[in-house]
Amino acid sequence: MSADKKTILNAVHREMGARMVPFGGWDMPVNYGSQIDEHHAVRNDAGMFDVCHMTVVDLKGARVREFLQNLLANDVAKLRTFGKALYSCMLKPEGGVIDDLIVYFMNEDWFRMVINAGTTEKDIKWMQQQAPEFDVAVEPRFDLGMVAVQGPKACEKALSIMQPELAVAAKELKPFNAATDGHWFVGRTGYTGEDGFEIVVPENETEQLWRDLAAAGVAPCGLGARDTLRLEAGMNLYGSDMDEGLTPLESGLSWTVAMADDRQFIGREALEAQKAAGNIVKFIGLVLEGRGVLRGHQKIYESDREVGEITSGGFSPTLERSIAMARVADDAGESLEVEIRGKRLPLRVVKMPFARNGKAQIEL
Amino acid sequence: MSEIPSDLKYTKSHEWVREEGDGTVTIGVTEHAAELLGDLVFVELPEEDAEFDAGDECAVVESVKAASDVYSPVGGEVVATNELLANAPETINDDAYGDGWIFTLRLSDAGELDDLMDAEAYAEHCENEDH
Repeated sequence: MSADKKTILNAVHREMGARMVPFGGWDMPVNYGSQIDEHHAVRNDAGMFDVCHMTVVDLKGARVREFLQNLLANDVAKLRTFGKALYSCMLKPEGGVIDDLIVYFMNEDWFRMVINAGTTEKDIKWMQQQAPEFDVAVEPRFDLGMVAVQGPKACEKALSIMQPELAVAAKELKPFNAATDGHWFVGRTGYTGEDGFEIVVPENETEQLWRDLAAAGVAPCGLGARDTLRLEAGMNLYGSDMDEGLTPLESGLSWTVAMADDRQFIGREALEAQKAAGNIVKFIGLVLEGRGVLRGHQKIYESDREVGEITSGGFSPTLERSIAMARVADDAGESLEVEIRGKRLPLRVVKMPFARNGKAQIEL
Repeated sequence: MSEIPSDLKYTKSHEWVREEGDGTVTIGVTEHAAELLGDLVFVELPEEDAEFDAGDECAVVESVKAASDVYSPVGGEVVATNELLANAPETINDDAYGDGWIFTLRLSDAGELDDLMDAEAYAEHCENEDH
């Protein structure tokens, strides 16, 4: 019987009243009392998430750029300035998504990647298989901790607790860029649709960082709020919205695939074949007016025809109704219904995101 | 450990019952249930005048985590429902035994109250469930 892994912040979460749950092999906080309150704290003020379970991987070598241009569906050619980041899928030759991740350009011999917790082992193994051809070293950084601080007041509060040299650099960051003082690494990135930083520190400094942020008025937030925030922001969750059996084109992630030129990358051929064949399933946003909560795997109908299913669903605290992401047949129309506990309820199809930057982004 | 008032009676499915002394009882779900469910987002109240037997599904509470049926602890006729919960379902999380009451029944058989657990028995039941 194997116990769930614990991040360096496990004892602090319990001390702060967290309700703990197993998540992908980790013992993590789901909330500290109310996930809805935590959600509102991020949309209106500042909240923080323990993301130590995710993994930083440093990729080094003279040909690391070439390696990544072959490995990733998005093109790191776009990354030329220090700290610039890119969101990309990493694909199997058959086109299925191994993981979604963010990669940062550090210098021509060093890129930094952040990958998901549940896929860490498999991602590293895959990269280690591809790396020798390009003489790249794959260095997982299990010695680092990471905290995400998110919300309109997040940057202000996080800057107030940083060393001056780092704060000066972090203050100038544009979204999707990172800064470092050689000790801490700060990216202006996140998974909530709000402004904020993801702060990477030596593992033994993570607890002090968490406590300092709490003292600066940042609310501890758990996985419950993390999920409702990213869902509202229209951000995919690996394992729910896509997996190795699905391509980016079937998962609302075509925008992350760079195929305009003739760059060869793993999975390109499969995607081209899929495009040529046509009739690719649609990835859509849905709102349920009235009572009820949309949840993963609920079936979607157009009249009597089953046309698809919910991939991720939940209650949106910002919109005060249920929202979901779903995958439906390419010829499905807009008059859709969901089946919940034996009843068919009407759905509204919307363009995502549902909410971001503190407010609704769809008509209510 | 969650609060378990000693003046109430309880069911294995985490409902509480308060005798009002006039042949009616008020019913809700316990703090323990609310903690397990997480933030409540919708409550489907029973219809007024509806009649239930003990054990019948009579209401639904839906949380961020899951939808849960509420079972009538005793038989009777619904004489009042807590309309507050329609717009403020989180009241159950904040005050499960007070403002978070769900409905009131006129008892058909007061004897059925004897089949319910007291606070001590319910506390033990919760502990056993956790293991």
